[in-house]
Amino acid sequence: MTLDDLATGSEATVASVGGEGVFRRRLLELGLLPGTRVARIGQAPLGDPLRIRVRDVVLSIRRVDARRVELNG
Amino acid sequence: MSAEQPRVVFVGNPNTGKSTLFNRVTGSAAHVSNVPGTTVSRTDGRWSLPGGAVECVDVPGTYSLAAHSADERVALDAIIGLEHPTSALVVVLDAPRLARSLYLALQVLELGTPVVCALNLMDEARTQGRVPSAERLAELLGVPVVPVVGRTGEGLDALGAAVREVIEAASPPPPPHEPSDALRADALAAADSLPEAWTAGASEGRRVALGLWALLSDDGVEAIADVAIDHVALVGIRRRAEDAGRDLMGEVVGHRYAWIDRVSPSLYSDAAPVDHAAQDRVDRILLHPLWGSLVFAAVMFVVFQTLFSWSGPLVDGIDGAFGWLGDVVAGAMAAATEAATTSAGPAVGAAVGFLGDLLVEGIIGGVGSVLVFIPQIGLLFLFISLLEDSGYLARAAHLMDRILRLAGLPGQAFVPLLSGYACAVPAVMATRSLPRHRDRLLTMLVVPLTSCSARLPVYVLLVAALFPETVPGLPVSAQALALFTMYALSTVVSVLAAVVLGRLVVTGTAAPALLELPPYRWPHPPNVWRSVKNALSAFVTEAGQVILVATIVLWGLLSFPRYEPTELLSPDTVAEARAEGVSIDDLAQTEALRRSYAGQLGRAMEPVIAPLGYDWKIGIGLLGSFAAREVFVSTMGLVYGIGDDAAEDDVSLHEKLHAEKHPDGRPVYTPLTGASLMVFFAFAMQCLSTLAVLRRETESWRWPAFATAYMMALAWVSAFAVYQGGRLLGFG
Repeated sequence: MTLDDLATGSEATVASVGGEGVFRRRLLELGLLPGTRVARIGQAPLGDPLRIRVRDVVLSIRRVDARRVELNG
Repeated sequence: MSAEQPRVVFVGNPNTGKSTLFNRVTGSAAHVSNVPGTTVSRTDGRWSLPGGAVECVDVPGTYSLAAHSADERVALDAIIGLEHPTSALVVVLDAPRLARSLYLALQVLELGTPVVCALNLMDEARTQGRVPSAERLAELLGVPVVPVVGRTGEGLDALGAAVREVIEAASPPPPPHEPSDALRADALAAADSLPEAWTAGASEGRRVALGLWALLSDDGVEAIADVAIDHVALVGIRRRAEDAGRDLMGEVVGHRYAWIDRVSPSLYSDAAPVDHAAQDRVDRILLHPLWGSLVFAAVMFVVFQTLFSWSGPLVDGIDGAFGWLGDVVAGAMAAATEAATTSAGPAVGAAVGFLGDLLVEGIIGGVGSVLVFIPQIGLLFLFISLLEDSGYLARAAHLMDRILRLAGLPGQAFVPLLSGYACAVPAVMATRSLPRHRDRLLTMLVVPLTSCSARLPVYVLLVAALFPETVPGLPVSAQALALFTMYALSTVVSVLAAVVLGRLVVTGTAAPALLELPPYRWPHPPNVWRSVKNALSAFVTEAGQVILVATIVLWGLLSFPRYEPTELLSPDTVAEARAEGVSIDDLAQTEALRRSYAGQLGRAMEPVIAPLGYDWKIGIGLLGSFAAREVFVSTMGLVYGIGDDAAEDDVSLHEKLHAEKHPDGRPVYTPLTGASLMVFFAFAMQCLSTLAVLRRETESWRWPAFATAYMMALAWVSAFAVYQGGRLLGFG
């Protein structure tokens, strides 16, 4: 399962962060690391980007980027 | 900047109140400037500490030392202290949400520069019942940690004392976290790939820190393209790690977060979890598909209306005041001219007359044309900083992201683009709220294509004079449809231009559009005031000079060489005009304009504009419209001898346009010429003020020159296609 499959209001643990270079580094440095709890709290009216909460901070992340984050379970 | 004074750099994540804190300690003396060669601004100030003042620098907020963008590069340079040695760093931490801001703090600590941590937003932490222990954090980090509230100034004396202490202390302690032995070895090897200037004289700890930075650096990133990194060596280190089954990037980032995750529970003694309920409740309304969209539409409507029409009375007031001042001075100078002519002869009289014209038309008119932008810029920045400070601007970007992605732009480009439909000058300045240099530059290049309010009088003149009210078979007014088409065309072409320029010109690496949605906060009036003041002073002092000079030059082109009224009109013409009741002054003005440098230029330009269906008189109008597009209307009034106060709905101007014939007897103005002219106005860069503000915001002539070239080419080709295509199809 990837981050964009996570249902609104639910939480999961990050398994791995894909992509490479600048993209992957940005996600990791914002704290989206394997083992981190991440919650999907909503989405923009057009269904994209998503709103997630990581380490007490709310981020707006595009679906295409969220797809690279694998979740456990 | 004096060399002896210690230099203190303020660093921190976005949305941690870093700038509020900086403004608080430096007071009103802070100075905002662009970092040379970039659109990034930096604030310098002085901070009075016990034992003497220090220089302070506020750099853009950043989440890490990654330097993926020009802003982060500015922050990196200041933190590493390559150009000016850094005496101490103040790392601003977000007290209720420490985990995120500790990541940057650890990176900074690794570098071995003296550090003081400012534990900011303590007021929010107390409200939320989530107060971290400063003593515990100081013990863990090995550096002073001072709880502060930037908005009220609480804790600033202690912060100052701590900064003074670390500046004078012998050497900073080693960072609290340790990389694994393997990672440490890789980092030391990677440090050798960095330029000599970075690592010269560095301690082993600092070499490790710089090496870790190098391991994550990417050779495709434009922001660090000028750093001479040995990428071949780096690739070798990365490949060896990969072959051993290691994930270097994960290790570098992971070893810092591992420490943070280990210590975090012990920092909050009362262990209350962050209360997200309040923020989530507001977000559920403001980001709701229906209510959120309605609120967004209402907010943007207010912003747009303010720029488009509510600023009108203020703009008219400034216009009126300068018009009145011009009239008063003109009257006085006319009297002085007459007195000088009778007492000292016609030559002196002409000189006084020239001075009067320069003063009234050039200088008073020029200063007026600078100051007339103040209401719009001030009001737009008032709104933007209120929205930014409250946290709504990030939500607006979140809401618009999907739509603006079609243009290859992030959601933050929405407010500047919307403002462009009122006026490109404040809109270009509003791109300051875009965090990435590439996005900001691209938005600035596209904003002048949006249909600003100065184009409207030109469209109205051409549509009303040349287009029929109704067309058989068309259910709506042909004139209304033509106007609507111009706005739609402007929007579509702006989007296309963004796509094309984003691919070909303003490329740059695409970083993931991760946008933090900060907690809602009440706007802080000093921040709002500072943002308005900085925008206005940058415009008036820097862009204003260019606008003033350009206005005087344009006035010179339109009013030189100068003639005596008797030289311009033959006695026969005067007699004829008297008989027909035509104003002699208007006729003389028209003749002077025809013979002016602008008139000569208009004629010289004719071969270039003839394929678009224009004659040299329209050429003069196009030159005049550089002052501001709506000046086209009054210039055409001058060209056709009905005075310079013609308005777009002036029936006599419409009649003059209809009567105008080419030498071969064809009418000059047909609906097709009108369409060609409107398309030209839609795309051409005809605004000196926009060019001046583009120069100010990009700190170079390169981008205004590029914008002029691409827009002029687009305008010419499109007008050519409309006119010649229309002729082929049998119109006009």
